[in-house]
Amino acid sequence: MTTTSTTTPQVFDNYLNHTKGIRSWLFTLDHKRIGVMYLICVLSAFLLAGIFAMMIRFQLLTPEGTFMTQDQYNQAFTVHGAIMVFLVIIPAVPAALGNFVLPIMLGAKDVAFPKLNLFSWWLWVFGLIFFLIALGVGGIDTGWTFYTPYSIDKASSMGGVIPALIGTFILGFSSIFTGMNFIVTIHRLRPKGMTWFRMPLFLWATYATAIIQVLATPVIGITLLLLVIERTVGIGIFDPAMGGDPVLYQHFFWFYSHPAVYIMILPAMGVVSELIAVHSHRHIFGYKFIAYSSIAIAMFGFLVWGHHMFTSGQSPLMNVIFSIITFSVSIPSAVKIFNWLATLYKGSISLNTPMIYGLSFIFIFSIGGLTGLHLATLATDVHLHDSYFVVAHFHYVMMGSALIGFLGGIHHWWPKMIGKMYNENWGRISAILVFIGFNVAFFSQFMMGSKGMPRRYATYTEMPEFQIYHIWSTAGSTILALGFVICAVYLLHSVFKGKRAPANPWGGRSLEWQCSSPPPWDNFAEQPEVGDCYDFSVLEWNETEQGYDWRKDVAHPGE
Amino acid sequence: MPHTDSTHHDDQIGHIVPVKFLVLICALLLFLTAVTVWVSRYDFTEINIAEMGIITALFVATVKATIVGLYFMHLRWDRPFIGFIFVGSILFVVLFICIALTDSLAYQPTIIKGDTPKVTEAMDLLKH
Repeated sequence: MTTTSTTTPQVFDNYLNHTKGIRSWLFTLDHKRIGVMYLICVLSAFLLAGIFAMMIRFQLLTPEGTFMTQDQYNQAFTVHGAIMVFLVIIPAVPAALGNFVLPIMLGAKDVAFPKLNLFSWWLWVFGLIFFLIALGVGGIDTGWTFYTPYSIDKASSMGGVIPALIGTFILGFSSIFTGMNFIVTIHRLRPKGMTWFRMPLFLWATYATAIIQVLATPVIGITLLLLVIERTVGIGIFDPAMGGDPVLYQHFFWFYSHPAVYIMILPAMGVVSELIAVHSHRHIFGYKFIAYSSIAIAMFGFLVWGHHMFTSGQSPLMNVIFSIITFSVSIPSAVKIFNWLATLYKGSISLNTPMIYGLSFIFIFSIGGLTGLHLATLATDVHLHDSYFVVAHFHYVMMGSALIGFLGGIHHWWPKMIGKMYNENWGRISAILVFIGFNVAFFSQFMMGSKGMPRRYATYTEMPEFQIYHIWSTAGSTILALGFVICAVYLLHSVFKGKRAPANPWGGRSLEWQCSSPPPWDNFAEQPEVGDCYDFSVLEWNETEQGYDWRKDVAHPGE
Repeated sequence: MPHTDSTHHDDQIGHIVPVKFLVLICALLLFLTAVTVWVSRYDFTEINIAEMGIITALFVATVKATIVGLYFMHLRWDRPFIGFIFVGSILFVVLFICIALTDSLAYQPTIIKGDTPKVTEAMDLLKH
């Protein structure tokens, strides 16, 4: 053991106070500081996108629309979608939590390429700047998918398309560099004794995600570059008016963007594997199945992009092939769910904040995943396509699952990151509000979508029967927003006024719980010994420290 | 720690290739480029294989890419796993291109060309 809670002094040298000044943060090579900077940036972007989400919801309170013109509404949902996808959900777990936790879980001092890691963060910042420029020079109204030929038509679409495309291109590089760094780190910096099947499941999920990031992201980069060339130079690639093929654009776009859904959800699943095991104090059930299912999801994820294009004019043969393969993705997803449930069975469950998020994830992802099967079925997809059913489905997966996993991860590792405990009661209240608010907001969208309410309409004067669902959805969004505000308040409060966190507040066994909270600058003075990271029987509650310690009658691994 | 361990750095040193050998490979690549240019001058319609030019050019390009991968990128001397990853990535691209093109081939007959009066009229209407 490197550092134990019993020997931790009140103020000690850690990564937060090791060096001082803004430059020591902005140009740091320390993975933990880069992780924290990502976290701050991602949460700021989340706030911005959330404001646009609330604008959308309040616009739709009445069939005539409340305060936005149709053009403004188009901008609002485009900016909301683009920021949420490219700036928030994709980097949320891998870049923010992954950067902080991954090297410590490996017992390493840093990632394999610390400078590349910092460069990734700076690329994220430049990507954000280009998005802000896009808003300043006329906005974007193409939807986050930048579908052609609309996005190429300068006369119709707004002037911010090119800066937004460049911003997305840059963000793609940020994502590729992070993925590359994690692959090399996991391959090369695993400590002695940590074989592939002794790694925490979060690392398996991060590894599978990194493969997708490295393999799929270059395709979106090239696609968006072609779009910029087509829009500026006028070469016919995707625009049928110039001899191009708009369906080909959709192939290119979804070849990245469907695997991107797994870039969002896989690391969140990794977080949930940790949450469920640690907070039920029970050995994870079916370790190898969960590990392999991450890789299977990553692989299958590459073969199903065409299910986004069932109504695009894609050939009937391809529709059938993509439909069948899409069904197969549900198998590894279900493997995870069943294993989590089996882990909970007869576990000693602590219903604290991270666990509530973990359980929320299982509930919400089950609904999100199962409704995906409706959309994978050709006969039903034709009717549900471009309706609120689709909006609800992808929010259940991308927001309700990926972001809830992210929030669960933040709460799980917050004491480790900041060295302070947050108020557990407020944490629980907030998590329950988020769960209730989310389901009220988006289950009503399933209902109106299945009844025929189309997506992306600023007004629905001809369909007033849908108003009641929009009212419910807006009410749910407001509860959800309240949950987030409460969460922000108690987390910020904990930074300044929180109780000191012990090294191991939840009873985790992976290596990050063996160093102090917050971790020292170099994480570990000497390489820690690796044991079974899900064997919790060797830990016991220490009342004085208010955390878990190694049982005195049990030898440490390697002793 | 793993990344401060001196033995860790030792296995990072790759295979050193003599400069003469690299120059030879470079000359071979230039020669193959000349072959591509030379082939492009011939009109293969005379022997009823119009696509022969593009087939030859693609074949030569594939040989060149293989040489670059093997010798300039050191795959020839690297662990087989690295070669497996490299070939796997190429197969991955092939998969994507094959599926996209198979689909494109199937829906081509249903496309209304962009310069037809019907489309131009619709586009004009949209702009105004």
